Amino acid sequence: MAEVSATGPAGRLSRISVTNGFMLASLVALAVVPVIIYAAGNAFWLDIATRLVVLSIAAVSLNLILGFGGMVSFGHAAYLGIGAYCVGIPTYHALFGEFEMIASNNGFFHIALAVAISALFALIVGAICLRTKGVYFIMITMAFGQMVFYLFVSLEQYGADDGLVITSRSELPGIDTGNPLAFYFLCYGSLLAVLYLVHRIVNSRFGMVIQGAKGNEDRMRSLGYSTYIYRLAAFVIAGAICGYAGALLGNFTSFISPEMMDWAASGELMFMVILGGASSVFGPVIGAAIFLLLEQLLSSFTVHWHLPFGIMLILIVLFVKGGVSGLLDRLGR
Amino acid sequence: MDASLVLIQFLNGMQLGVLLFLLASGLTLTFGIMDFVNLAHGSLYMIGAFFCASLTFWTGSFVWGLLLAIPCTALVGLAVELVVIRHLYARDHLDHVLATFGLILCFDTLTQLVWGPEGISVPLPSWLDGQVTLPGDIVFPTFRLVIILGGLVVAGGLYWLVNHTRLGMLIRAGASNRTMVGALGIDIQTLFTAVFALGAVLAGLAGMLIAPITEASIGMGNEIIITAFVVIIVGGIGSMKGAFIAALMIGLIDTMGRSFLDDLFKLVMSTEAAETSAPAVSAMLIYILMAVILAIRPQGLFPPKVR
Amino acid sequence: MAGIMLETQDLQKSFGGVTATDHVSLQVEEGECHAVIGPNGAGKTTLIAQLSGMLPPDDGAILFNGKDITRLTAQRRSHLGLARSFQITSVFMGLSVLDNVALAVQAHSGHSFRFWRPARQDAALRGPALEMLEKVGLQDRANGLASEMSHGERRQLEIAMALATGPQLMLLDEPMAGMGPEESGRMVQTLKGLEGITMLLVEHDMDAVFALADRISVMVYGRLIATGSPAEIRGNEEVRQAYLGEAA
Repeated sequence: MAEVSATGPAGRLSRISVTNGFMLASLVALAVVPVIIYAAGNAFWLDIATRLVVLSIAAVSLNLILGFGGMVSFGHAAYLGIGAYCVGIPTYHALFGEFEMIASNNGFFHIALAVAISALFALIVGAICLRTKGVYFIMITMAFGQMVFYLFVSLEQYGADDGLVITSRSELPGIDTGNPLAFYFLCYGSLLAVLYLVHRIVNSRFGMVIQGAKGNEDRMRSLGYSTYIYRLAAFVIAGAICGYAGALLGNFTSFISPEMMDWAASGELMFMVILGGASSVFGPVIGAAIFLLLEQLLSSFTVHWHLPFGIMLILIVLFVKGGVSGLLDRLGR
Repeated sequence: MDASLVLIQFLNGMQLGVLLFLLASGLTLTFGIMDFVNLAHGSLYMIGAFFCASLTFWTGSFVWGLLLAIPCTALVGLAVELVVIRHLYARDHLDHVLATFGLILCFDTLTQLVWGPEGISVPLPSWLDGQVTLPGDIVFPTFRLVIILGGLVVAGGLYWLVNHTRLGMLIRAGASNRTMVGALGIDIQTLFTAVFALGAVLAGLAGMLIAPITEASIGMGNEIIITAFVVIIVGGIGSMKGAFIAALMIGLIDTMGRSFLDDLFKLVMSTEAAETSAPAVSAMLIYILMAVILAIRPQGLFPPKVR
Repeated sequence: MAGIMLETQDLQKSFGGVTATDHVSLQVEEGECHAVIGPNGAGKTTLIAQLSGMLPPDDGAILFNGKDITRLTAQRRSHLGLARSFQITSVFMGLSVLDNVALAVQAHSGHSFRFWRPARQDAALRGPALEMLEKVGLQDRANGLASEMSHGERRQLEIAMALATGPQLMLLDEPMAGMGPEESGRMVQTLKGLEGITMLLVEHDMDAVFALADRISVMVYGRLIATGSPAEIRGNEEVRQAYLGEAA
């Protein structure tokens, strides 16, 4: 804390514009490259690009609470799952009957349901977790995530741990969601919107409060802030955005199973956030890209790609100076 | 439901409870003393089970397999502590979580490379494989009874260790005041290593005991470790007594819930509704319990005094 | 004679067997600078923690402007006009100096459920924040990061943040801790320049205490053993024995 950073204001300024340039270039690449891939008829890499964009949304939402709010939530994949099942279950009933109240193929309905249920779940979980601190918080978010996992494992009607096949994608006016490129741009547009939304939030008055509460909650309370209610709001917003990402993911994979909200999936989301740099809004997108590329690269060498991946993770934590948080600080400058 | 079935499920719940205690005690020790969060604790449980399986086949005896697997697991625990864990004590919890998440990936893959992707079942000697008749004409598997008794003996041993030995004195002092232990001239690094290895053995032992029932399989630790987390959250992180009481409570509630919740629900709702909702609710029962306890006591049932 | 702004009645707090606050009854008058001095471990920081709402007392009451605030949260007390500075500097390291003070201003300008407009371009926050920085002489540092400041500057910033909440009473927990003579001289000047704000000052630096305080209370082992003017405290036999003994 006491060390004086070598970068002066001028240095920081140039770093920021480099970062912005890099972000712009990445976003343009994400808009252009998939079109070329699709024109070349390479369905596989378009799939990877879609997955990247959807997981990026989830990682950006996690970063709102993890990177900016300092809330180490280890159950974030639960919202991905909830969002996906909010597409899967209504589509299932639209096809096989029963529960006519929710049986629907309407995309707006799916998204509204995904966002609402995720927000509600985040509200309940957050209300309990945010009364605790540190390790308690990590473990409790993890346990609640696993609770959702077991809930869906126990639901025989929706395939239990075998999962559920989504037979048709959500219907949205004006967008042929069945077309891979159109669906990609739906996801890409969503990512842009989410990035902009989170950017506005973290720089608003609300954003300043959650960043302050990350640094020093006692200080915030003695300044007169009821930090709990602001952190809870951030937790709910993050959950809702991730639920939205889940609705996209369910549509994309067309097969959903409880495994997608296993705690390993939450760990991967966290890894993306940390890898990309948790103190910038765009960082998690880079993290997600590195993660997916590593996954492809390593798994092309060996089916046991988790081993080099795990070793890498440990080495990053051990040897990147000042640990991961140090890396975050430096990436954030 | 008849009374003997309830008693049998009670014993099954006790069996799960003592296994959870073996896991949770190691977690709560490492947290209480070193402020360290070890997600990979479940991997040591899995390693214990696989060592026990291999050594049982090698020696031809489960008992020898188990006795030899204990020092093997301790060695793995020591190695992990030396290579990775000890460099993390001074870091924050986020670093702990990420590095030990990496450890889990390594352990799972390495185990698969060494033992193959299939599970290995562990044969019991005939004198353990049968059933005993308990008072009240309750027929119960001998081995499960052995697990319960063995677990209680280990719990008693831990109680003695923590409350009546020099090591235990250091553990208790360390949990409340780290600098004081350092000031006493104790090599704190050695103490940490010893405690970590002890936790590894306890987790490994739980894995060895469950292996003959479920078989040793990849990722077996990743499921139960979350339940062990629930145990120490409910008990109060860092509290041995809390871990013991919460482990038995969670073991019993989980087992009883899965067995009898549908019968209970049928009293208040239609058979069909009960049969649909009971599995879902019983899967979430311990988490709901955790939520309720935390809502009332955010630090768990028995928070350590100084923290 | 001014009224009593802050009063504790028989305040008690113990940790295990150690009594940190032992039947403390203290009165801080409106407009005065009241210093609490005492040897290390006398319970001064515990007292501040109870006054600011970070630590619940075991027994006794705290009155602020005649209102019982014993059970109020820290944030409620802040809104009643009670501000505190921390013994261990606690400014927000990752934010700029101006951001730090603006955050304090924001705490007292309505709710913060405002998600859209950039807070850093909000004149309603920046203006008053700059004003506070001027009061402590940090206006030139406004755009630097808090983490890049010297220790003394951070302590000044801490005061600016407390001021920005518009307090009637400031609880200052060792504002001169870790400072050299020059820096603490500057802090004394800063605190002297704050007119109309009542202060409860906990401090070890006796020069600063005698330069600032209108009245002094002496605390030993959780108990108040004397309260009086600086001259009275200097002349008090019990205080000399218990605390000032070696210095006198």
